[in-house]
Amino acid sequence: MTITKQMPVLQTKGLVKRYGSVTAIDHTDFELYPGEILAIIGDNGAGKSSLIKALSGALSPDEGEILLDGNPVHFSSPMEARSLGIETVYQNLAVSPALNIADNLFLGREIRKPGILGSVFRMLDKKTMEERAQAKMEELGLMTIQNISQAVESLSGGQRQGVAVARSALFGSKVVIMDEPTAALGVKESRRVLNLIKEVRSRGLPIILISHNMPHVFEVADRIHIHRLGKRAAVITPLSHSMSDAVAIMTGAMEVESDTQAVS
Amino acid sequence: MSTTDPKVSTAVLDHDKVADQAQTYVAKFERNETFAHRFQRFLHKYPVAAPSIVLVLAIIAFSLIVGNRFLHPFNLSLVLQQVTIIGVIGIAQTLIILTAGIDLSVGAIMVLSSVVMGRMAVDYGLDPWLALLAGIAVGALTGLINGLLIARMKLPPFIATLGSWNVFFALNLWYSKSETIRSQDINATAPLLQWLGETINVFGARLTYGSLLMLLLFCVIWYALNWTAWGRHVYATGDDPAAAKLAGIRTDRVLLSVYVLAGVVCAIGAWVLIGRIGSVSPQAGYTANLDSITAVVIGGCSLFGGRGSIFGTLVGALVVGVFRNGLALAGVDVLWQEFTVGILIIVAVGVDQWIRKGTA
Repeated sequence: MTITKQMPVLQTKGLVKRYGSVTAIDHTDFELYPGEILAIIGDNGAGKSSLIKALSGALSPDEGEILLDGNPVHFSSPMEARSLGIETVYQNLAVSPALNIADNLFLGREIRKPGILGSVFRMLDKKTMEERAQAKMEELGLMTIQNISQAVESLSGGQRQGVAVARSALFGSKVVIMDEPTAALGVKESRRVLNLIKEVRSRGLPIILISHNMPHVFEVADRIHIHRLGKRAAVITPLSHSMSDAVAIMTGAMEVESDTQAVS
Repeated sequence: MSTTDPKVSTAVLDHDKVADQAQTYVAKFERNETFAHRFQRFLHKYPVAAPSIVLVLAIIAFSLIVGNRFLHPFNLSLVLQQVTIIGVIGIAQTLIILTAGIDLSVGAIMVLSSVVMGRMAVDYGLDPWLALLAGIAVGALTGLINGLLIARMKLPPFIATLGSWNVFFALNLWYSKSETIRSQDINATAPLLQWLGETINVFGARLTYGSLLMLLLFCVIWYALNWTAWGRHVYATGDDPAAAKLAGIRTDRVLLSVYVLAGVVCAIGAWVLIGRIGSVSPQAGYTANLDSITAVVIGGCSLFGGRGSIFGTLVGALVVGVFRNGLALAGVDVLWQEFTVGILIIVAVGVDQWIRKGTA
């Protein structure tokens, strides 16, 4: 068995974020490797969300650096992170209910018609957007949705999550971050979304998955980053540790020596 | 690590194995729905449908009650003339209501702009085109003030425009010295300002240039709302501002642009107003505020934002116009016209709630 030391797609070194006297991120190291699903788990208040916000550009860290493909990057807004290929699927489903699926997929990144229609009259190329939306939804196996021009509000929670994931897969060129994608869903719908996550990985996009749901994490993750007290407590794999080990590390009941960090 | 730990594979994968045998669809769409349900869905998908049905029924009813006088092209073009100002102001109001806002100052902006146009042309002897531009600039500026109050200072639109309504109206009384500029004076110095009141004859119908300009404006705004990214952003901002922001839309800029555009449209309404009444009066168009909201609401636009069609407002204005005209021809007292419009508003909002409830 050879451990291939690849360059991380996304990496942090000694990241720090303080809110007054509280240190939300305490010299955190983090690595995401190409083509993997990395789950981040941690107890409430462990600093997961702060770490995610820093990675998606929603907050700027006080110290440390973020490296994308080995190059240091500074995000001053989520838009900047997004323009560099880091897409985030938010827990509260950032979709517009009254707009249709195609409109939602391209919201904020619309395609205009070529030529004078697009440049002077700013006309949208609805046909191209619908075709590309349709193709992406089919590619991800989401075509239980009958009609690409149906309003998102007529979809179920799982289907809406599907639209949000499809959007991130359509535009994310480097990393997709998913914040609790199955939290609001039923059993069957969660299953579809988990399959969807694997589908996105099989397209070669690495995924950061934040979840409280241990069985889901252990099912889809290649590696699991366990966050505790603002720093990385351990990185394990579903094969090397059990769920109860993970919970033990998360809560501090078990210590892990630093050299057991798993590498993909 | 290549050996699979049996403990993990069974523990992890067993727990919802049954889910794999579950039915494969995520959601099932009931096909055996009632007619009412399908109708509800239809109205939801096509927001212009409900007011259009009311308009057609009203036209049929009044042509049965009043007879040929109602259906005569001359009378129908009269209805169009009567709704022209409300139609134009309704365009401005629709844009704002689509963003989940409301603008109580549209009438005041229109009157202030018309006074500026009139004074610039008649009192200062400016070129009429420059006077028009000055009026439109005032419309844009007043819209910008509303926009800054709402998008930047985050004041609730209702309160912000309630305040600016009074401010703009007071400015209008001050600048006009509460005096009317007479039609003859405008005609002598700047006939361009009255040009939109001129009519052309089409098969016995007398269409004003103002009505044609209104129809053109509806088409332009329809295009902007449905075929440009800006239009999609207006809908998204009104529908769910948080989601729009997460999608990367600068919602404050969208709001600002909407209020400025609404101000410009109101100023165009000022030109139409001068054409319609001939003179420039600081007291004209006072009811345009609430009438425009009436047209938008009857036109099927949701006051909660993000839902509705610009042509719904045209149909809504026409519904009000047809009811007023038809009732007047039928010899019904004016007070029952008001009564009817009131009922229409309540029914329209009730229908909107019913549609939203059925499909949410």
